Amino acid sequence: MNEFLAKYAFLIVPIIKVAILLFVVLTLDAYLTWLERKVIAHIQARWGPHRVGPHGLLQPLADGIKFILKEDPMPLGVDKTAYFFAPFLTLVLALTSLAVIPFGPDITLFGYTTNFGIADVNISLLVLFAITALGVYGIALAGWGSNNKYSLLGGLRSSAQMISYELALTLSVVGVLLIAGDLSLKHIVEQQANGDLGLLGWNIIGMRQDGAGFTQVIGCLCFFIAAIAETNRVPFDLPEAESELVAGFHTEYASMKFAMFFIGEYTSMISVSALFTILFFGGWLSPFPASWALTHYLPSIILVPLGLWVIFDGIRYETIFGRIVLPGIGAAFTVIGVALFLFPVVDELIQGPFWFFAKVGAVLFFYIWMRATLPRFRYDQLMDFGWKFLLPVSIANVVLTSAVIMWRMH
Amino acid sequence: MSGVLLIFFVLAALAVFGAVSLILQSHPIHSALSLILVMVSLAGLYLLMGAEFVAAVQIIVYAGAVMVLFIFVIMLLNAGVEERTNFSKLATFGGIPLGLALGGIIAAAVARSSGHLPPPAASGAMSSTKQLSMQLFSTFVYPFELTSFLILVAILGAIVLAQREN
Repeated sequence: MNEFLAKYAFLIVPIIKVAILLFVVLTLDAYLTWLERKVIAHIQARWGPHRVGPHGLLQPLADGIKFILKEDPMPLGVDKTAYFFAPFLTLVLALTSLAVIPFGPDITLFGYTTNFGIADVNISLLVLFAITALGVYGIALAGWGSNNKYSLLGGLRSSAQMISYELALTLSVVGVLLIAGDLSLKHIVEQQANGDLGLLGWNIIGMRQDGAGFTQVIGCLCFFIAAIAETNRVPFDLPEAESELVAGFHTEYASMKFAMFFIGEYTSMISVSALFTILFFGGWLSPFPASWALTHYLPSIILVPLGLWVIFDGIRYETIFGRIVLPGIGAAFTVIGVALFLFPVVDELIQGPFWFFAKVGAVLFFYIWMRATLPRFRYDQLMDFGWKFLLPVSIANVVLTSAVIMWRMH
Repeated sequence: MSGVLLIFFVLAALAVFGAVSLILQSHPIHSALSLILVMVSLAGLYLLMGAEFVAAVQIIVYAGAVMVLFIFVIMLLNAGVEERTNFSKLATFGGIPLGLALGGIIAAAVARSSGHLPPPAASGAMSSTKQLSMQLFSTFVYPFELTSFLILVAILGAIVLAQREN
């Protein structure tokens, strides 16, 4: 049995990892929609979903059931290949992009060392860009294949927008590549550790022990703006601008096919946030220097009070169901927090993923915050901004970074 | 080795299928999609040869940027289904023998090279990326700069054409 496991570990381990990642990401997608609706609602002084389950926590489940059970009509005169292929393409590409993202440092479980992610590719950054570059086809084909003028306009807008902002997206990363000298996301994160600098070593600040670093604030801003445009989110959601185009490229999609676009959009939000974290905010690295041992208890310090507060808040909830479920969730948080405090081995193991998901969560919250705050661009403003501002600024960042690095190295 | 060979044949078959489909499809968008299939399978073939960087660039530049522009233009012009015409006489009597001759020449060349290809450089992708850029900026610097000059000329030409209407 052990021999068999050792021989086929290279096959079994990735399958297990893929299964876990799919489960985590799809759950995250579902609760991201809940979080988005809740946060936007509270920003706009509303309650958001609160009928299905305590605090609307079962709303994603209800939405999922609705997606499966809804009728799926197909409009007349669609191009069947494009119409059926587009949602699959969007979803598959969005999920594939997660395969090359490192979620933490290498881990050793039961004597088997493996990377914390699915594939550890040498050129993972380029792979990610390649997948993003293909992502536009899903939207363009959906828009063209639906035989609907609004969909077609949405698809056209999407392809024009992606071409324009992909340049700025790729160029804004060049500064980081110049500092790192490596295309592997894992190595880019490891190089931001820089001994005991902590947060100062991240590419956004850009301090380096050998002095050859330079702050990537400009690149960071350009990347974030271009990334929002690439994922078609507010204020760049012109491909599905509901006040002009009904629902843009997915007007004619219903039921599971619509759900695929939906999951694809949220998954690419997650992968773009992860990439942003890796490139500019040190990936899984803690913001504190490694010598500050007390900061290793931060997961417990956050989880235990959070759990206690959820229990305290939950026992006063209106419905009986809520009074049972919410304290249960709170108790689970508290138990996990205490367990992490008591078992330092496990605590060490989750340090990387904890910081990684904390940062990704912060970026995702920022995404939602922007959606609640900013109005949509007009189309000519979008093009002007992309070509006349973002592109020159990211090129300037490349020139500036190379000049500073050359100057500091000599 | 057989696994690699199997993947090669799958990718090669996909590339050939895409190329044939590109010609036979009557709708421009379907032709463009077939071309994307060809390019993605070519990227897979590069990957099989250990040229990871070239494979990624093939997808980013050709399958991503260039073909998105193609699709964008086809969608913008709203090109419909093409009508099938009879083959021209020249294509029938000149094309088929010439095509067969070309196929024969390639087959002969493949058969003559006894299958002893130099093994791909067994180094990390970054070093191969580094080697590539070194070559590009030292040995091939003039062709490289000429290419960028050519692209600049093309951009200027496009701007002039666009300005003429005003």
